[in-house]
Amino acid sequence: MLEISNLVKRYGHNEPVLEGLDLTVDGSSVVAIVGASGAGKSTMLRCINRLVEPTSGSIKLNGSELVNLRGSALRHARRRIGMVFQGFNLIDRLTVMENVLSGRLGYVSFYQALTRRYPQNDIDRAFQLMDRVGIGHYADKRADQLSGGERQRVAVVRALMQEPEILLADEPTASLDPKTSQQIMSLLQTLASEMSLPVLINIHNVTQARMYTDRIVGMRHGQMIFDGVPKEFNQNALDAIYGGIESPEEDGDNTADKDSATQQGGVVA
Amino acid sequence: MVDHAAKLTDRVWSRYDRKEQWARYAIYLVTLFAIVWAVRDIDIFWPWVWDAPNQIQNLGARMWPPEISAWQAILNAMLETVHIATLSSMLTIFIALPVSYIAAQNTTPNKAMLWLGRFILVSSRSVNTIIWALLFVAIFGPGVLAGILAVMFRSIGFVGKLMGEAIEEIDRRPVEAMEATGASKMKIVLYAIVPQVMPAFFAIIILRWDVNIRESTVLGLVGAGGIGMMLQGSIDMFAWQTVATILLAILVLVILGEAVTSVLRKKVI
Repeated sequence: MLEISNLVKRYGHNEPVLEGLDLTVDGSSVVAIVGASGAGKSTMLRCINRLVEPTSGSIKLNGSELVNLRGSALRHARRRIGMVFQGFNLIDRLTVMENVLSGRLGYVSFYQALTRRYPQNDIDRAFQLMDRVGIGHYADKRADQLSGGERQRVAVVRALMQEPEILLADEPTASLDPKTSQQIMSLLQTLASEMSLPVLINIHNVTQARMYTDRIVGMRHGQMIFDGVPKEFNQNALDAIYGGIESPEEDGDNTADKDSATQQGGVVA
Repeated sequence: MVDHAAKLTDRVWSRYDRKEQWARYAIYLVTLFAIVWAVRDIDIFWPWVWDAPNQIQNLGARMWPPEISAWQAILNAMLETVHIATLSSMLTIFIALPVSYIAAQNTTPNKAMLWLGRFILVSSRSVNTIIWALLFVAIFGPGVLAGILAVMFRSIGFVGKLMGEAIEEIDRRPVEAMEATGASKMKIVLYAIVPQVMPAFFAIIILRWDVNIRESTVLGLVGAGGIGMMLQGSIDMFAWQTVATILLAILVLVILGEAVTSVLRKKVI
């Protein structure tokens, strides 16, 4: 269970990016976080694994406080939090297998990392997960030889190698074509339920958010202004989140009906 | 019809206006003055200059035919020259890499280390190999050791600066991903930075080895080992036929070095 309470993040003396955010995610739910660019989605996600330092507030993962951790305590906490990025963030010149095993860096010794002598358990788990997402035959290929969708699968497997207690995904489909991005979203959804893993997904594509997640959180100007199941995410909510910033036009039929959600592309704000 | 001829004569055009033209004349004058001043000041003994063609012919005659009976000694001195280049390039790596790490903006531990790194690089590069050699001959006495250290001290600045630039140019995203796995600083360097700077590293060290061969050929002039020592000795004894052989041998060595490095460069890039 992830409990965020009164989270504030301010860069320098500017207006805070996050203004006292509260969010609780429990069980294995897939939560979509939607909001215009600059609403603070990415900052919130990065505060959880402390790639960004929160200014104040509290973030608890399964009861233990993450804010204020330092050094090895912070690194141990990060092992429990998997993250998937918009740009995949793979190491291009290493093989797929090395990229996948790099998810274990928090667990193995420096010598094991240097010589690539990972424990057999890790290697078994790597093959098992790669087969699960359909990239098992790429183990010895260089990561930069794969297509976008395949690269994101490598990134997902890398995050799962950490045996995380929660998975964060920062616009995991924004660099992918519509069909591939649907595949990745559906993969995240099924993996979450298979591994009973809570997943937080920052996403711009509202249609996909409705379709593949259990809960939608809407953010604007660093505050949460919508929290509900996809069915409740209607035109009013959409206007409240994006209104006056950008206009995600869908020609009037962008209400919360499931039919429009099956259309490819949908609302891309 | 319009009278073109009349119109054209009205249009006066010049690339520079009067003021710019005077400025240009002034620059010509200053340049001319600088040249005249320099030539008068350095006190050339003109009869020697007019005598040069004769001297060249004379020297050529004394050098011909090259004396090859000393080929074994020349070959040994050549090998010593190559060894100086190879050993100093190898030793350079151990010092240049840590220095480049602290001299790169994005990896340096703190400001003090950054300036220390930059100070090492600048001081290494601002002193010529021959001057380093004079210093080390004074400290360690004449011989190969002084030569190796001289070439190494000059190379540290070259390799360190270029590697530091390579480190500063890496893609930050894999670094972020490795941080998120809970990897320690050293493991992040190993997985996210090392693979990215590997091609640059090989290109730089091969280039420096090539430069070091040429630098090593002159070290002997100040007593720091290699073929230069033999060259100096032969000149002192007016053994011009041996000098000719040595000069030819240096030419062959430099061409060979060039060929080897271009093959190696193709292999790694």
